[in-house]
Order: sequence, then structure tokens, then C-alpha cells
Amino acid sequence: MSKGAFRKYGSKALIYLFLIVMSFISVFPLYWCFVSAFNTTPEILGGKLVPGGHLMENITNLLDQQKVFTALKNSFINTILVVLLSLTVCSVAGYGFEVYHDKGKDTVMKILMLSMMVPFVAIMVPMFQMFSAMGMLNKYIGFVLPSISTPFLIMLFRSNARSFPKEIIEAARIDGLNEVQIFVRMFIPTMRPTYAAAATVTFMNSWNSYLWPRIIFKTNESITMPMLISNLMSGYVLDYGLIMAAVTICTLPTVIIFFFLQKSFTEAIAGSVK
Amino acid sequence: MTNQEKGQSKRHLTLQQKQNLTGWIFLLPASLLIIWMSFYPMVRAFVVSLMRGKPTALEFSDPLWRNYQRMTMDTVFIQSLKNTFTYLIIQVPIMLVLALIFASLLNRKDIRFKGIFRTCIFLPCATALVSYSIIFRTLFAYDGFVNAILLNLRLISEPINWMNDPTGAKTVIIIALIWRWTGYNMVFYLSAMQSIDYSIYEAARIDGAGPLTQLTKITMPLLKPVILVTAIMSTNGTLQLYDESVNLTNGGPANASITMSHYIYNTTFVTSPNFGYAAEMSFVILMFVAILSAIQMKVGDKR
Repeated sequence: MSKGAFRKYGSKALIYLFLIVMSFISVFPLYWCFVSAFNTTPEILGGKLVPGGHLMENITNLLDQQKVFTALKNSFINTILVVLLSLTVCSVAGYGFEVYHDKGKDTVMKILMLSMMVPFVAIMVPMFQMFSAMGMLNKYIGFVLPSISTPFLIMLFRSNARSFPKEIIEAARIDGLNEVQIFVRMFIPTMRPTYAAAATVTFMNSWNSYLWPRIIFKTNESITMPMLISNLMSGYVLDYGLIMAAVTICTLPTVIIFFFLQKSFTEAIAGSVK
Repeated sequence: MTNQEKGQSKRHLTLQQKQNLTGWIFLLPASLLIIWMSFYPMVRAFVVSLMRGKPTALEFSDPLWRNYQRMTMDTVFIQSLKNTFTYLIIQVPIMLVLALIFASLLNRKDIRFKGIFRTCIFLPCATALVSYSIIFRTLFAYDGFVNAILLNLRLISEPINWMNDPTGAKTVIIIALIWRWTGYNMVFYLSAMQSIDYSIYEAARIDGAGPLTQLTKITMPLLKPVILVTAIMSTNGTLQLYDESVNLTNGGPANASITMSHYIYNTTFVTSPNFGYAAEMSFVILMFVAILSAIQMKVGDKR
């Protein structure tokens, strides 16, 4: 093998090695969590890396100790409400900003975008005061309300509405459809990929949300999945098999969505900055 | 046009005006919600930051900036500030450079299995912050997996007590953050790189430019706007770190790894709630975010 060829193939081999090692590091913690759900605490600490036969035992213990079904139900209801409401409100707004845009609306958009800079922690205290004054603690609406309208989603729908042909709107107007009908019958069906992307990213964010639910959900009945697994770490003697079973249950929905809708997810996070 | 005027002229609106009005109605709910759930609380945060007393009996403090004075002497706050900026200064650059490297490797035409690599590196984004915090806490436990591996490879002679060592705890948080967010940033870079014409790279290669020169002289200048966006997002995110501080290290040992958000949460809800002081610290974070974003935009504009 000539020196040049060695350099060429050698550097390529190094790139593959690097990518393989990095991919391994990225996947390993999740694989380890998943496998550990099948094992006992001594096995996990002993470094066992293949699934054993203790999954049922871990899950039974978990169900005995924690209100897993309540948490799952709450997490699903919270998340689905946020997805439905935010997609409706933000797509209508994104469409409005793009299709009827003029100087005034562009200015409003710029002002709304500023709210992206507001870190949640900066408004945590007044938000808690407002929501307890409105009697929204421990209620689904309390979780949902702050997440319905986000500049991120409005931007996503707005930038994608740009590719929606103006001729369709004109033609529909001539056919006598009113503005709402055009939105419902023309825009929504054409923009299905954008809705999928928005739904994916919103589902993930809501499902994984932790700080806000921790602030407004104060009872055992209103607990969410991330809150439940966080509580598991507070004991003195930790049952790692049980904990990893719970973490796996909490992670499964988002990982499944990730694998099925990876393209939508990628489009959503990269598409908003176009 | 005020609402009153709108009402009066409703009967004889032109088609143009009618559509314009529809536009405003379309964006009204979203706009009102953002004002109600974001801007209004921000103003209130500032007002509350001037107050003192129990949550149920807040009153304006005397002098008004009393909370601001208190903050400058609060050792835990200063510690949390130092910790947060340590994470920011160490983690964000490493993560963004790694993401750039991954993206430029996965954008090469001569690399195979790109889809699989991309999926693997992107996968951590699908995990909840609480989930991965708990996984990393378990992996880095004293009798945990990482110590076992390091011992077996004879890299260390006795287990490292990650969670009980100030540097160890911060290191684990930084490693965990890099693990969770590198793939996320990579996606931004990849999507931007795909819009760069590949022939530029071919021309550069003919001119004798190596991979590193191509990265720094072609890719990075063209990617500047996206790099800026990711830098601002990461800065904003780091200043808000909460889930990791709570679930990975619990702020410990002795507040050595506590973040500002975690300390503010504790001040608000855990030990003798003090809404005024918590709101004051929140407002300071808001200022940090605003200043840092402004600096980054300025720097990004110049280059």
C-alpha cells in the first residue's frame, strides 16, 4: 500500500472510529437504563450489561410504592391538551402573521419574539402568585395555560406558511370561501408535515417538563411522570432496578416518538431558525 | 386604528380592510396569551423584587432596593452565580465545537452509515431532563458503573467520590449536559450545512485546503448566523439550569454545584419562602440573559 493510500484510508478509519465511539457514548446510558430495568440492584452495581429476568418484580414493586398510573394519566392528559391547544392557537397566529402581513403585524411579531428571551425562572414567582390567585393549582388548565402560545411555534408556522401558494388563497376567495374556511380547508391539509413537526417537539417538551409542574402540582393526585421518578431518588436505600424501570417507562413515549418521527422532529428544531 | 373606530366603520369595510381585520383576529389569541403569560409576569417580577415579607403579606421594602443589597452579600447566591457561569464557560464552547465537528463529518459525501450515526448522536434529545439526570447520577455513583470501568482499566486506583467532591459534582453536570445537548445543536448545523453548495468544498480541495482549513475558512463563516442562534439558546438554557442541579447532584456537596434557578426555587418554596428576594434574583437572571444575548449579537454582527 502506498503512503498516500495509507494516509487516505487511515484518516477515514479514524473518522469511523471516532463516530462509532461517539455514537456508542450517546446510546449507552439509555441502553444501560433499559437493561437495568430487567436486573436487581446488586446486578446493576456489579455492572451487568444484559437484560435479566427481574423486570416483572421491579415493575410490581414500583406499582406497589408509587402511583404510576395516576402519573402516566396526568402526563398524557397534560401533554395532549398542550399539543392540541398550542397547535391550534400558534398555527392560526403564524398563518395570520404571514398571509395578512403588514408593518403593524411585523412589529407585533418582533415584540412577541422578545418573550423568547424571558427565562422561565425569571417569572416563576409571579406566575405562582397568579395561578394560585386564579385557583389553578393542581389543575390541568394550570399546566396547559403558559404553554399554549409560544413564539417558537408561531415562528415555525409562520416560516412554513411562506411556502403556502398565494394563488390558492386567491382562487379560494374567488370561489367564495371566507377567510376561516380557507384556513381550515386549504391551509391545514397542505401543512400536515408542519403540524407533525410542531406536534412532535411540543409533545417532547410538555412530557419532559419538570419545574412548572413541580410548582403548581402540589398533591399526590396531580403528580406527573418526571415528578414521580424524581421522588424515587429521595430514599436512603435506593432500589436501582425499580428506579430504572420507572425511568424507562417515563422515557419510552418520547423515544418511540423520536424513532417514528425523527424527520419531523429535526425539521421542527432546525426549521424555526430559517 | 382603535377598537372604537373599527366598530364604527364595520358596516362599510373594503375587502382589503376586511382581510386586514381578519389577520388581526387570527393573531389576537396567541398575542394576548404571550402578553399575559410572559410580559405581564415579567413586570410583576420587578415589582415583587422590591418587596419583602411573608408570601401572604408582601409590602414594599425600605429602602426599595433592599433585596438587591442583600443579594450582594449572600454567599449562596454568589456561589450559585459562580457555578452557573462555570457551566456556561466550560460546557457551551465544548458542546458547540463538538456539534460542529459531528455535523461536518456527517455532511461529508464519502462517509457511509450517516443516518445511523446521526440517529445515535441525536438520540439523547429524546430523554427527559429528569430521566437523564437520574441515569447519570446512578452511573457516576460511588459504587456505580463509571468508577467500576475506570478501576478495571486501571485509570484510577480507588473509586472517585464524584457526588461528594465540589469539582467532581460540577464535572458530572458538565459531562451530562454535553451528552444531552450536543446532538441537538448538531441538527441545526447539519441543516445549515446542507444548504451550502458542495462544489465550494471541491474547489477548496483542489486549491489544497485540508479539512481543518475548510471547516474554519468555509463552513464556519457561512454558518455564522446559525452558530449565533445556538450560542444564544445555549447561554439562555444554561442560565436556567434547574432539573440537572436538583436531580443529578441536588446542588451538593454543600451548594458546590447549585445553579441560580435551583437556589431561586429553594428561596421561593423550600426554606422559609421569600417571594420578594426570589423575584429579585430572578430579575437579575433576566438582566444577565438580556446583556449576554446583546453582547453575542454585537460580536456576531462584527465578525
